[in-house]
Amino acid sequence: MDFSFSEEQLEFHNAVASMLRNEVTPERIRARWDTESGADAEVEKQIAEMGIPIMLVPEEQGGLGLTAVDIVLIAEAAGQVALPESIINDALVCAPLLAELALDNERCAQLLPQLLAGKIRLGVGHLINPYINFGADRDWFILPQGDEVHLVARDEVMLTPVGSVDPSRRLVRVDWTASEKSCVASGNYGAKLWRAALNRGALGAAAQLAGLAQGMIERAVNYSMDREQFGKAIGSFQAVKHLMADCATRLEFARPPLYRSAYTVSVAAERADYAISHAKVATGEAALLAARNAMQVHGAMGYTWECDLQIWMKHAWALDKAWGDAGFHKNRVHQWLLREGALTGPEYSFGRQDEELSYA
Amino acid sequence: MDLSYTPDEQAFRAEVRSWLETHVPKTPLASFDTEAGFEQHREWEKTLASGNWGMVTWPEAYGGRGCNLIEWLIFEEEYYRAGAPGRVNQNGIFLLGPTLMEYGTPEQKARYLTKMASGEEIWAQGWSEPGAGSDMAAIRSTARREGDEYVINGQKIWSTRAVYADWVFCIFRTDPDSERHKGLSFIFVPLDAPGVTVRPIRQLDGLPGFAEIFFDDVRVPADNLLGDEGQGWRIAMATAGFERGLMLRSPARYKNTAKRLLELYRSRDNDILDLSIEDAVVRCYLDAEAYALSTYQTASRLVAGGSIGAEASCNKIFWSELDVLMHETALRLLGPQAELIDADQPPEAQGWQDGFLFSLAGPIYAGSNEIQRNIIAERMLGMPRA
Repeated sequence: MDFSFSEEQLEFHNAVASMLRNEVTPERIRARWDTESGADAEVEKQIAEMGIPIMLVPEEQGGLGLTAVDIVLIAEAAGQVALPESIINDALVCAPLLAELALDNERCAQLLPQLLAGKIRLGVGHLINPYINFGADRDWFILPQGDEVHLVARDEVMLTPVGSVDPSRRLVRVDWTASEKSCVASGNYGAKLWRAALNRGALGAAAQLAGLAQGMIERAVNYSMDREQFGKAIGSFQAVKHLMADCATRLEFARPPLYRSAYTVSVAAERADYAISHAKVATGEAALLAARNAMQVHGAMGYTWECDLQIWMKHAWALDKAWGDAGFHKNRVHQWLLREGALTGPEYSFGRQDEELSYA
Repeated sequence: MDLSYTPDEQAFRAEVRSWLETHVPKTPLASFDTEAGFEQHREWEKTLASGNWGMVTWPEAYGGRGCNLIEWLIFEEEYYRAGAPGRVNQNGIFLLGPTLMEYGTPEQKARYLTKMASGEEIWAQGWSEPGAGSDMAAIRSTARREGDEYVINGQKIWSTRAVYADWVFCIFRTDPDSERHKGLSFIFVPLDAPGVTVRPIRQLDGLPGFAEIFFDDVRVPADNLLGDEGQGWRIAMATAGFERGLMLRSPARYKNTAKRLLELYRSRDNDILDLSIEDAVVRCYLDAEAYALSTYQTASRLVAGGSIGAEASCNKIFWSELDVLMHETALRLLGPQAELIDADQPPEAQGWQDGFLFSLAGPIYAGSNEIQRNIIAERMLGMPRA
């Protein structure tokens, strides 16, 4: 039993987090808002150079062969700076899904090297998400029709932009028609792929929500030390301190479920539903509370367009509802807890140890 | 990261489980806040000690097994799974024990730890005074050095287990001219010493779970001082760290309550009218699990040589509020039946009302949650002191 990250994982996280802090500033995020693409090419280039988009693709297929445990801290760091780009989603959902499909589908096998080389962009739709973020800049789409998985090219779909409360997002609605030719997986196999995609997508959102919560707490704490009323920093008042302490406590107990879910996805993806849902619920709550309390600490300033806190808040509001909202995930937990033979005692935080797969 | 148990850890779990299955009393003991129940619990501590299970993390020399914190968590999980009795000596084994380990002389360790682990000596805690609760630095009770002795005068209050315990560990002002955090010392007092008067205080459940202690020229040997004179505040903060940190409230306790809550929920699924009950049940279970996961994470860090920081104050807020929520939820499930005393409840409904009353103390004892929020804000987040 060792619930800690390795030196390598922590070092890689530090390197990425440091790069993100330098390159993803509120000024540069606001600059994206006025552009159609919403992207910062320089940031995307640096992230690609660090190998993040292909982390989870197996080595024998040309990726880095890393796991969800290796990327969860990276995703958290992305949330901490409110990274607008969809890199985390691309790395956790798009690339692994195409890699899996490439194992026995010729069309996907041909596309994979191009995706890994950064020559094409792939968007993944999922029944749980009505829109695709940054969908307009995608060359290919993997889309659902029931349990079926379809691969369609950009010129075979109609994209309609829809506005988000978060100016950093670039949502599109995708209209398309499924055909026998476009289908690349179906039946139980298709259902399994969609479920895995949902869990990895939710993991990415959860990790970013934890980072967003951390980012908002830091901003609010800093503001409370600068802003003076009654002749002293408002951060010295208990009413203000306790708002922030509540956020810190929620976040402190959202991270362990987040890291556990990354581990479960890595070692027993087919049994990850419960762990993922716990992580998504806990990080979503932590981020929403941080948004609410951080804005309160900022006072009227927090309600302005000028205040950078909105970058984090709006991103958190969006991600809390992406890849399954709290209702969806609480219902999955509820079903898991009520099922026959649920392992719920004090001795089962890590599942049943005498089974072949040592994790439930 | 490897969240599976090693063969050694699994073997340890099997050993604990097997021993507990043989030794845990078949019928529940009386409350340790009654005279008879206290002695039953002392006997249980002696039984635990006979198998060297009194405090598994302690060195073998003091009756322990030299286990690491992961093994301690496994022990606790099995302990709660088995429905074993509450630890009547928790002030000793979970609070004073680790403090003695850090600050005690070899003689003190040998003298106190062994009898603590064996259940021969049960400890109470004597820190709060009528004028020193959350503001603990306002302590006024004094210990005056006279030759080889301290002469103690003053009053302590809210001393848990003090009514039937053998010893109390206290903080007294040893320097009469000192103020606040300075001039305080950490001293052990036998509760049968001449000049000690213990006056029981009945708690919300009607039982004398804590007491006032009056000291009237009580003489104890100077050897009863822990650490140096004037070091009391620093030692007390270390003890408080254990209290808020890992050991006082092991996650297994809450996982077990969450499991019972789930069983209650399943058994009453059809006649619940409260629309938000599913949400509360799910939240309780997830938070209990989050506390367990968090403790495993902290234990892994400590095993690797790390330390506990200000985030330990988050623990205390989290488990105390979770405990209240779990019991409130159970009482909502029981509906109008909730108010009945245990003797009149069916088996599956027993324990919740008592547990609810006790849970209400959680946000208050061991440093109120308001104090914990101050600590989190100031030491973890770096916000300025008032």
